[in-house]
Amino acid sequence: MRKAQGSWEKRILKSLNSMCTELSIPLARKRPVGQQKELLNKWNEMGTDEPDLSLFRPVYAPKDFLEVLINLRNPNYENGDSLSFRTHLGLIQVPLKVKDIPELKECFVELGLNTGQLGIDDSTQVPPELFESEHVRIGQKVLAEQDSAAAQQYIRQGSPTALRAELWALILNISSQPEDILYYEQLKTNVIQHDLLVDSLIYKDVKLTASNDDYYFVFEDYLYQVLLCFSRDTSVLAHFAYNSASPPKSYIRGKLGLEEYAVFYPPNGVIPFHGFSMYVAPLCFLYHEPYKLYQTFREMYVRFFFRLHSISSHPSGIVSLCLLFETLLQTYLPQLFYHLREIGAQPLRISFKWMVRAFSGYLATDQLLLLWDRILGYNSLEILAVLAAAVFAFRAVNLMEVTSLASAEAVLADLSTLKVMPLLQIFLFATVT
Amino acid sequence: MSRLLVPCHVKGAVALQVGDVRTFQGRPGVLVIDVTFPSAEPFELQEITFKNYYTAFLTIRVRQHTSAHTPAKWVTCLRDYCLMSDPHSEDGAQEYVSLFKHQMLCDMARVLELRLILRQPSPLWLSFTVEELQIYQQGPKSPSMTFPKWLSHPGPCEQPALLLEGLPDPSRVSSEVQQMWALTEMIRASHTSTRIGRFDVDGCYDLNLLSYT
Repeated sequence: MRKAQGSWEKRILKSLNSMCTELSIPLARKRPVGQQKELLNKWNEMGTDEPDLSLFRPVYAPKDFLEVLINLRNPNYENGDSLSFRTHLGLIQVPLKVKDIPELKECFVELGLNTGQLGIDDSTQVPPELFESEHVRIGQKVLAEQDSAAAQQYIRQGSPTALRAELWALILNISSQPEDILYYEQLKTNVIQHDLLVDSLIYKDVKLTASNDDYYFVFEDYLYQVLLCFSRDTSVLAHFAYNSASPPKSYIRGKLGLEEYAVFYPPNGVIPFHGFSMYVAPLCFLYHEPYKLYQTFREMYVRFFFRLHSISSHPSGIVSLCLLFETLLQTYLPQLFYHLREIGAQPLRISFKWMVRAFSGYLATDQLLLLWDRILGYNSLEILAVLAAAVFAFRAVNLMEVTSLASAEAVLADLSTLKVMPLLQIFLFATVT
Repeated sequence: MSRLLVPCHVKGAVALQVGDVRTFQGRPGVLVIDVTFPSAEPFELQEITFKNYYTAFLTIRVRQHTSAHTPAKWVTCLRDYCLMSDPHSEDGAQEYVSLFKHQMLCDMARVLELRLILRQPSPLWLSFTVEELQIYQQGPKSPSMTFPKWLSHPGPCEQPALLLEGLPDPSRVSSEVQQMWALTEMIRASHTSTRIGRFDVDGCYDLNLLSYT
């Protein structure tokens, strides 16, 4: 796995280097004072800027990453042609251990039919005295006590909209000390002083994804403020201690090979890919001060989102999530799986982009936030794979009638009307196996 | 507790198979690794460490030295220790493992030879073994140097020499120095955890290309 991650990183570096040489733009340079003043004045409305980004292209897209994952092979594994009891009919060929539905039921016990949920039991037909009012009252108590562990347990049943921002801050241990505000201001200064190539990639990504989204285009300026500062934040380097990836290195111009002049590029070690800004966009609904938004995003990234674009054997890593999705579909919807495979529409090709973005940009925002409540509550991303399988189960009847990958994609193109919690509950607890 | 590495000679793995080894099509599921110790004297085994490579179950047999004239017998000291919870999947397949004396079924006081029996029942893996095998014995409990006599048996208390005029009392000075030392330690330990990390070198962050090494 480490080897695969290493060669994937090398490919990314090559791609970035060739972009540099083609466009004759340095990776990083100090901004002239005039430009610094200009940027400072425009800080709150960077979205109005229309720089020429036509020559830039994203370093990679999720589907490139999927190709790498499909080609992962264990040299010690019997990959013979003959079908055996463990032949992988899906795209992922690595035999990682994934949970099956009985184990998932145990793990996600608070999503069961007998437990109240926000997203199900707060609908207009259900009188609030049955569940909602009591749940809100308990939430307020948890916040008053400032109990982080209790908040994590509480949020498994969903968070009331009014309390969500504070609950997430409590679970992620985000404080609002003056030193945090100062830290954010320092990052802002770093953005103004140095101009990075990665900034253009971020601009391009935001223009391509969030600006075109009906829900998120209003937050365009916030996204620049958060993402540009994020790439200057060296504290993110600490997460590479438990990430299988390594940050890219470079040398100050003219000092190639001298270790005292070796630096990480970008300063936080994370090269953004197509769709990266969608990790930040949903958070803009919760937080309005830039430094709070920034801290929440940074914490969510170093706890969860980094696993979605690096190769590792962790149960919440993207490889395990893909395998979990394929195994669930194969075991509980075998006819559908077989049919899709026969028409050349491997299910993972459609659901991969949902999981890599943690469904951001595909679900309606209130549903997405309910889903991310559960990610925080269970401290695991496995729920993304379960939801992907549940979506396929929901649209199974239509999918059985399609005859090509394109029509399968069309059936699953629009997820914005889906209600996440009933789908999860039915798939885990109410499907007859 | 300190431990001392015991030099050992690990013989190559021998596969156990039913039937003729040459014509049999399947892969062996049982391997035996013998470990001998060139230094002939029996020792007390403290710890065994190794890196697993797709072995599912481990059994260890030990041959101990007996004081009587009876020949040394083989005794099982670890039976079917599970290294991979699911032999068909990657869980635990490449982990570093440590086994200690207290996990063994018998006393490991006078070890002459070890035999590791590796089992991997799943047909999915092409090969399996354990790597970087290291055996440790009990290290010395206390430093072997002897203290000079006057340290451990202080002589009778002598009268301190008359203090010169103007010098402070040594015991008061030493307690003040101790307090200052404690203060500096406290200050050093309580530095704030938020760092304003600098990513540039002396204010310069001009980069051309990424490095591949």
